[in-house]
Amino acid sequence: MSGSGTGEPERRAALGAIASSGRFAVTAEMPTVDTADPAAIASLVAPLLGHVDAISCTDNSGAHAHVSSVAVAKVLLDHGFEPIAQFACRDRNRLALQSDLLGASALGIRNICIMTGDDVTAGDHPDAKRVFDLDSTQLIRIASELRDGERYLSGRALSGSPSYTIGAVENPFAPPMEFRPARLAKKIEAGAEFVFTQIAFDLDVLGRFMAQVVDRTARARRHPGVGVRPGIGARGAVHPSRSRGTAFLTKSCAGWKGFPETVRRTRVFASRAT
Amino acid sequence: MGSAPSSQRPPTGVGPEARPAPGHRRERKAKEAAFDCRMCGQCILHSTGLTCPMRCPKELRNGPCGGVRRDGSCEVYPDRPCVWALAWRRSQRLPLWRSDIHHVQPRRPPVGGTSSWASFVTGRDRIVPDGWTR
Repeated sequence: MSGSGTGEPERRAALGAIASSGRFAVTAEMPTVDTADPAAIASLVAPLLGHVDAISCTDNSGAHAHVSSVAVAKVLLDHGFEPIAQFACRDRNRLALQSDLLGASALGIRNICIMTGDDVTAGDHPDAKRVFDLDSTQLIRIASELRDGERYLSGRALSGSPSYTIGAVENPFAPPMEFRPARLAKKIEAGAEFVFTQIAFDLDVLGRFMAQVVDRTARARRHPGVGVRPGIGARGAVHPSRSRGTAFLTKSCAGWKGFPETVRRTRVFASRAT
Repeated sequence: MGSAPSSQRPPTGVGPEARPAPGHRRERKAKEAAFDCRMCGQCILHSTGLTCPMRCPKELRNGPCGGVRRDGSCEVYPDRPCVWALAWRRSQRLPLWRSDIHHVQPRRPPVGGTSSWASFVTGRDRIVPDGWTR
């Protein structure tokens, strides 16, 4: 947990530094990992080395079991990437989440991203027990208190604080849209330092959302870096089956419908890529 | 088992509080009928436009998740409206505490069957973990 002692200080909180510097950060998201072979994990993103600032490692995305986000992040770290370990509230209670946050920091992972998580019914284990002991806002605050207050939620002191930049997610395109900026403001108040939004197609909605977020955060004198994430779209678009790629987008991505031009351009892109 | 130091305060929400508080049954009947209340004992109905957040399948306490469907229905139960979308809309119409969806502390575990009226009187619903305060 002694983040200060383990070398490579220039790597520390790279994403946080980029977010606060105001320059664009380019991030990618790991595909789902279903192998325990570290070399195979690294080979999934090897072509991106040197081209991205950081790579998100998903936490049982879509409520499917995959290799742990912290483990994947550690593998990426060993291969020269700057990983972002995601933490969903679905699978672990407050004990497990706190210990894994500290564990991630002990392994040298400097970026964490906290989210509620899809419900268990979205995945292939619909009978799994859903935990949701904490919600994302609460976990963000607890993560920030672990680091800045050097204590657990119970109040028990840590003997060394973790060092990570805390990220959050928000979906500007899901109802109730008027409440989304307020919800993000709560997360920022809780300690979020960078934010990933859902894939953005409707720039008008995104613009309105961002205007409100900037207004609120300016008043609170907090300036998070906000990441607009077009990357997940490419995941669907370069899917081996082209038709399936766009079908995935049309069905699953909020805000995608009603943008036939984007669909057409993605089809063209996908046909070139595959 | 039984290794907890005796000096620690007993966990709230379990044990002796299982004994129903005075008026418990009346509260349960009224609030179940009116709000489909789950007797979590940490009532925030006033800030949710009188919408019980414990009806959210994820039992979220700080607003809706990102999975709300475009028509405002629940990610888990598409045939039901999102509890928090409802809460937001209703809270806007409430003359008091309008849109006052606060930063709510972590819920204390097993809370079913706890009286929030008793919690309010005893201050139990305002007890927060030591590491939560800043």
